[in-house]
Amino acid sequence: MKLLPSAVPPVRLLAHLATVFSLGFSGLTIAQEPIKIAFIDPQSGVFAATGESGFMVLDFAADYFYNAKGGVLGGRKFEVTALDNKSSAAESQLQLRRAISEGTQIVFSGNGSAVASALSTAIERHNRRNPDSQVLFINYAAVDPILTGADCNFWHFRFDAHADMKMEAMTSHIAKNPDITKVYIIGQDYSFGKAVGDAAISMLAAKRPDIEIVGNELHPIGQVKDFTPYITKIVSSGANAVITGNWGADMVALGRGIMDAGLEVPIYTFYAAYDGITATLGEAGKDQIYVVHNDFANPVTAPLRLEFTAAYKAKNPHKDVTQPRIVNALMMLAAAIEKAGSAEPYDIAMAMEDMRITTMTGEEIWMRPDDHQVFQNLNISVHTNEGINIDADSSGFALRTEFVVPRDETITQSSCRMTRPQQ
Amino acid sequence: MIEVLIFATLNGLVTGLLLFMLASGLTLIFSMMGVLNFAHASFYMLGAYFAYSISLYTGFWPALIIAPLLVGVVGALVERYGLRRVHKSGHVAELVFTFGLAFLIEEAVQFFWGRSTMNYESPALLDFPLFTLFGQNFPAYKAFMIFISVSIFIGLYFVLTRTRIGIIIQAAITHPNPVANLGHNVPFIFMAVFGVGSGLAGLAGVIAGPVLTTFPGMAAVLGSIVFVIVVIGGLGSLAGALVASLLIGLLQSYAIASDVGMQDLLDLLGVSFAADHPLNDIWRLTLPQIAPIMPFLLLVLVLIFRPSGLLGKRES
Repeated sequence: MKLLPSAVPPVRLLAHLATVFSLGFSGLTIAQEPIKIAFIDPQSGVFAATGESGFMVLDFAADYFYNAKGGVLGGRKFEVTALDNKSSAAESQLQLRRAISEGTQIVFSGNGSAVASALSTAIERHNRRNPDSQVLFINYAAVDPILTGADCNFWHFRFDAHADMKMEAMTSHIAKNPDITKVYIIGQDYSFGKAVGDAAISMLAAKRPDIEIVGNELHPIGQVKDFTPYITKIVSSGANAVITGNWGADMVALGRGIMDAGLEVPIYTFYAAYDGITATLGEAGKDQIYVVHNDFANPVTAPLRLEFTAAYKAKNPHKDVTQPRIVNALMMLAAAIEKAGSAEPYDIAMAMEDMRITTMTGEEIWMRPDDHQVFQNLNISVHTNEGINIDADSSGFALRTEFVVPRDETITQSSCRMTRPQQ
Repeated sequence: MIEVLIFATLNGLVTGLLLFMLASGLTLIFSMMGVLNFAHASFYMLGAYFAYSISLYTGFWPALIIAPLLVGVVGALVERYGLRRVHKSGHVAELVFTFGLAFLIEEAVQFFWGRSTMNYESPALLDFPLFTLFGQNFPAYKAFMIFISVSIFIGLYFVLTRTRIGIIIQAAITHPNPVANLGHNVPFIFMAVFGVGSGLAGLAGVIAGPVLTTFPGMAAVLGSIVFVIVVIGGLGSLAGALVASLLIGLLQSYAIASDVGMQDLLDLLGVSFAADHPLNDIWRLTLPQIAPIMPFLLLVLVLIFRPSGLLGKRES
């Protein structure tokens, strides 16, 4: 009692107490302590658009599905805060420390496997040293396989299919097309870009040994102003398909370069949609750009997803629900909190292992306990303006799912050797 | 191979000339005020965003005129009511001022236009391939970019060396006090040059926006490169800025187009390393991978061997 009274004068303290008493015994009206979620992703710089879209979807979904209906655990609400990591691993760790000092125990992050790897390591170490203020890491988008492979840890949960799983689906689709004989691979120069290239080469060799890899190029992430020189190389290599893991501004610029050069071959991507990319590709990229992703794209029939999208668009007319898996992650998190009856990271993590929930798209997703990797159907979709009912970037264009790999076929071996902490 | 060379040269020209439009304004402003304007690339970004918004109402062509003018006015106002006051406190204060301004402009752009990429399109009139070579299009718009940049260089060069205004500007840069004593309004000249420099950056933004995409990171992507050009070309030298811009544009373009790497060098030397060598990442480096750091490498070399820049006259 030595510190508090100096900040709160006695009279106000009394008034405060009186308010509490007058309201107090009606029970439900007392606001319980919120469950804080730190959203650590870029909110400035080259990749700001991607981070901003993610934050807005998470924040909106928390309000829409939980806070507006009284929260979880009988009245605790989610409080989502965006912390800008400027796409840097070092900055992410600073923001993590800040979040922890503010009592946050749940961290969402996804843009960039380098960042996710740094956060995962930092959180694991923090939790080992500070059992009283542990942190749970929800990775909704960083897809370097190593995060749920050799570098896996108990506190990290991934809600996106990792690069090897996506590459399996992508190469299966390529293998079915006899017209494709030469493939060019281009990616960002960091762990994920390299993982994409390596996986593409080994999987294509297994599925279609006749396909020739005519290029495997890495460019610096977030630095390239103009992709035209790269496109020139692709054209002159005679490639009749391109594979890229580019995302954010790098995907927009690459798409722009491809359209300008009039390169008319299928482009297989991980992230060529939303945040200005769809609008950039527009008519020029129709039926040419493919994206491999989870969460079914158009035509959407699931009523819950339609309602959610409509509500989101009503509030943010210029934005889209770019990554429904963020909502999947939140839904499983909330279900685990309810199941555990606790918002402590250890309890949530234990409850989330082997958990199955139904997403707003209506499909069941499964969190594998061995490595904390989520499994769900994978889709190959094409950029088009036909047969869609939810467009992107208000452009009239969007992704339409062409090819679905059922969940059980996406399950890969786990190389994770997880050590679960003793509590 | 020949098609790669031709397109690499064309791409290098487009990039180089675009960089020149930015560097020309920056180098003029530097020689005048003795201060590097960190916010210069931000004016380039403002140009693209202004043009995008204007083009929604009037189409591309009026935006091509109006947006650079607007940016020029913003630049002139910044000089008149910002830099000129800060000038009294010395160069460091001016540097910090422009540094802060760059952040301010980026935040303002994000505030008004959001963080997503704007769908700023090139005019339909130029939306056709000028020629197709070896199966690859060269868009007419890029030829238009080359045309605008070359006109700017010729125009600037003519004004600075062949007209009375140019002589006064050049004199004001080196000998401000005698020029003022001759009855010329030197502060006004400074403001005008700052405005024109910003306007040129704005113009670069207007024509680059549709090609290099219009998004809040566009200033950051180009910002550092422009400084490199100004230093390599020689601070304050217009011809130097042109040479350095083209040099860097072509250098990057050729480096990306090339297919050589450390592996070839090692083969040449007859050295090889095991696939699991700890420094394997270095042995596998390729020239295209390091293309974007080439300008900075060149910067270091120039600073070591010719600190005044390629065509610079200053010693410091």
